[in-house]
Amino acid sequence: MKKYLSFFRVRFAMGLQYRTAAIAGMTTQFVWGLMEILVFRAFYADNPAAFPMTFEATANYIWLQQAFLAVFAAWLIEPEIFDCIVDGNVAYELCRPVNIYDMWFSRSMASRLSRVLLRCIPILMIAPLVPKPYGISLPPSAGQFLVFLLTLALSFLVSVSFYMWIYVLTFYTVSPLGLRLMVGSVVEFLSGGGIPLPFFPEKVRRFLEILPFASMQNVPLRVYSGSMTPGETQRAILLQIFWLVVLAAAGRAMCARAVRHVTLQGG
Amino acid sequence: MHRIKDCVNLYAHYVSLNLRSAMQHKASFFLQIAGQLLTSMTTFLGITFMFMRFEQVGGYTYADILVCYSIVLLQFSLAEMFVRGFDAFSSLVRKGEFDRVLVRPRSPILQVLGARFEFTRVGRLLQALIVFSYGVRASGVEWTPVRVLTLISMLLGGILLFAGLYLMYASFCFFTLEGLEFMNIFTDGAKEYGKYPVDVYGERMKKFATFVIPYALVQYYPLQLLLGRSDCWYCMLYPLGAVVFLAACYAFWRFGVRHYTSSGS
Repeated sequence: MKKYLSFFRVRFAMGLQYRTAAIAGMTTQFVWGLMEILVFRAFYADNPAAFPMTFEATANYIWLQQAFLAVFAAWLIEPEIFDCIVDGNVAYELCRPVNIYDMWFSRSMASRLSRVLLRCIPILMIAPLVPKPYGISLPPSAGQFLVFLLTLALSFLVSVSFYMWIYVLTFYTVSPLGLRLMVGSVVEFLSGGGIPLPFFPEKVRRFLEILPFASMQNVPLRVYSGSMTPGETQRAILLQIFWLVVLAAAGRAMCARAVRHVTLQGG
Repeated sequence: MHRIKDCVNLYAHYVSLNLRSAMQHKASFFLQIAGQLLTSMTTFLGITFMFMRFEQVGGYTYADILVCYSIVLLQFSLAEMFVRGFDAFSSLVRKGEFDRVLVRPRSPILQVLGARFEFTRVGRLLQALIVFSYGVRASGVEWTPVRVLTLISMLLGGILLFAGLYLMYASFCFFTLEGLEFMNIFTDGAKEYGKYPVDVYGERMKKFATFVIPYALVQYYPLQLLLGRSDCWYCMLYPLGAVVFLAACYAFWRFGVRHYTSSGS
C-alpha cells in the first residue's frame, strides 16, 4: 500500500506544478459554463414547461460539471502510459515489484485529483456570484451535500477504473489513437457531458442510467441540486458501487492477463 | 503575379507531400476518418435530442439549426484541414526551429502551413455535408443565385476567420514561447457553440461576435438571408469582413516576427 501511496504523492505534487495551465483551463471552463447556460436560457425562454428539471438545477449541473471536469473528463488520459506501452518502455515498469494496474490506478487518481484541486476552487468561488438563477446555489441541506460528496467520490473511482481499461486494451491494439478518439467523445456524451442526461429522450435516458457512463458523471451533478428522489439516489449509489467493483476487478484481471501475453515493442 | 503563382505551386506541393505521407498508413488513415465521422455525430445527436423536447429555440426550428451547425462545422473542418499547420507553432518557436524557416527565401507563413494538413478531417466534413443536405431540404431553402453566393461567401469567410485566429495564436507564441490554451475558447469554442446562431446567446454575445471577433459576420447575418428570414441581399457581403480580421491578425504576426528572438542554440 505504501508504494502506491508514494506513486500517488509524486504524481500529485507534479500535477500541482502546472499552475499557468490551470489558470488557462479554468478560464476555458468558465466560458464554457457560461455559454452552456446561455443556450439553456434560450431554450427555457421558448418553452419552460418542457424542462425536465428546474432552471436552477440545470445551472448547478453545468457549473459543477465545469468545476469537477477533471474528475470524469475523458481527454485526461495520461500520455506517458500510452507512450511506454507503445515504445516498449513498459518493460522497465514490469520489472518493478509492484502491480502495474495498481500503480497506474494510483497515478491516474493523483493526476486527476491535482487538477481538480487547482481548478475547482476558483470556479466554485466565482459561480455563486453569477446572478440567480444562472449561478450556483447552495445545496438544499447539509445531508444532501454529504450525499453529493459520496457520489462524487464514487464517480471519480468509477471514471478512473473505466479509463484504466483503455490503457489495458492498448497492450493489444498498439496504436491507442483511434480508441482514445472514440472513447473521448462517445463516453463523454453518454455520461451526460454534452447535454445533461435528463434532457435525453425518456427511453434512451432510462437505458443510459443503467450503463456505467451515468455513474461516471451524471449522478453527483444531479444529486447536488436534489433533482433525484431519495429512492433514485439510493439506486444510483448502488449502481455506482456495482460498476466500480466490476470495472476494477475485471480490469485488474485483464491487465494481469495482458502482461503475461505482452509483446514488447522496441529494442 | 509570378510570385503568387510561385506561392500557389509551393502550397500545392506541400499538400501533395502531406497527402502522400498520410497514404503510407492507409488503414490508420481511413480508421481515423471513420472515427472523426462517428465522434462528431455526438454533437448532432445532442441537438436532435434537445429538439425532441423543444419545438424551437430563439425562433429557429430544428432544420434551421441543422443548417447553421453544419455550415459552421464545414468552415471549421476546412480550416483545420488547410490552415492547421499553426497548431505546432509553439514547439517550432521553443526549439528555435523557426530560425530555419526565416532563412529560407520563401514566405514563413506558407512554410509553417505546409508542415501539417489534417486530411482525416474529411470524416467530419462528410458528416457536415450529410447534415447540411438534410437541413437545407427540411427548412425549405430555395436556391437562388444570391443564396448560392451567400453560401460560398460564408464558407470562404469562415475559413479566413479561423485562419486569422490560428495566426493570432501563433503570433502570441513569439512572446510567450508557449501555446496559449485559452485561445481554444475562440477556435474550439466557436465550433462547439457556433451550432446555434449567435443571437440565441443574447444581445451582448451578438455584439461581441460582431465587433470583437467577427463570428456573426460569417454565421448569423448571412444565415438570415440563406434561411429566408430577411431579404438584405448585401448580407452576403458580410463574410468579407473576415478579411479585415485576417488583415489585423496578419499585422500582429508581422509585429511578432519583427520581435522574434531565437530561443535555440
